[in-house]
Amino acid sequence: MSRPGSRLTDTKKVSGELFSLTYGALVAQIVKDYQSVEDVNKQLEKMGYNVGVRIIEDFLARTKEGKCADFRETAEKVQAAFKLYLNMSPTVTSWSAASDQFSLVFEANPIAEFVELPDNYADLQYSNILCGAIRGALEMVHIEVAAWFAQDNLKGDSVTELRVKFIRKVEDTVPAGDD
Amino acid sequence: LINCLIHFYKRDFVMSGTYYFVIVGHNDNPLFEVEFSSSGREVRKDDHRHLNQFIAHAALDLVDEHMLRTPNMYLKIVDKFNEWFVSAFVTASRQRFIMLHDLKNEDGIKSFFSEMYETYIKQVMNPFYSINTPIKSVHFEKKAQFYGRKFLTG
Repeated sequence: MSRPGSRLTDTKKVSGELFSLTYGALVAQIVKDYQSVEDVNKQLEKMGYNVGVRIIEDFLARTKEGKCADFRETAEKVQAAFKLYLNMSPTVTSWSAASDQFSLVFEANPIAEFVELPDNYADLQYSNILCGAIRGALEMVHIEVAAWFAQDNLKGDSVTELRVKFIRKVEDTVPAGDD
Repeated sequence: LINCLIHFYKRDFVMSGTYYFVIVGHNDNPLFEVEFSSSGREVRKDDHRHLNQFIAHAALDLVDEHMLRTPNMYLKIVDKFNEWFVSAFVTASRQRFIMLHDLKNEDGIKSFFSEMYETYIKQVMNPFYSINTPIKSVHFEKKAQFYGRKFLTG
């Protein structure tokens, strides 16, 4: 693999369309494999979780910033990660009163660019992999969150809104692991 | 009396500027069908649909022949059946767009085919759509209606 020194400039770019089509093929296959839409949503979230726990290392190596002082800083880092990995620029909005929940609002969702949800999959959370990735990445830095889609372009909403809620700080140094 | 009926029958078609568009899959199955009529008259789908399908199907062999003879996607008029012209357009993946029409409208039909090709490409990119299956997308139908009004019936 490349030496750490060159990693920061090592941006192997892949065509956005290729990525969208690959993800679409993946979702379509999972939909065929599982009977219920809920199971598909769970699988996508789980896959996202596996991506998240790995990608956090890469993100921290690239950005080299220290610990977050509060959840608001965490939100900014998540926002930066979207820009870095997916070239998406969500806005951080809708903070709760206790500053423990925020929303990432996307004008458009490039990974779902050509997708039209069939009627019988109306409850499918197509981009659930993103929710899982956020959960996995933050868990590795000892922050337990829940992430879900409050609004979705694919379901007719005007924007796509990903809501993140802080649950607790994970005190154990080693996460409990998948059960 | 018979002359009167024939005249009325002909007038019905010639004046109306009617178009029947069908996308035919690799198994000669219709994937998408739509009709346009500039007269605004309610198109009696049941009466004409079977005849239209028959004419379109009969033209497929000619379309396939033309397809091999030219590098163009737009094949112009490939067949004629009574007062119906049959125009065709073939996509890169050999999906056949057939248009039955009673008025020559080469520019309009060519534009319609091009726009529907773009729309078809977008439809194919949908991971939930399988190629060679009927197209049921509301978005696709809306586009067809829009371009039909824009380029065919005006």
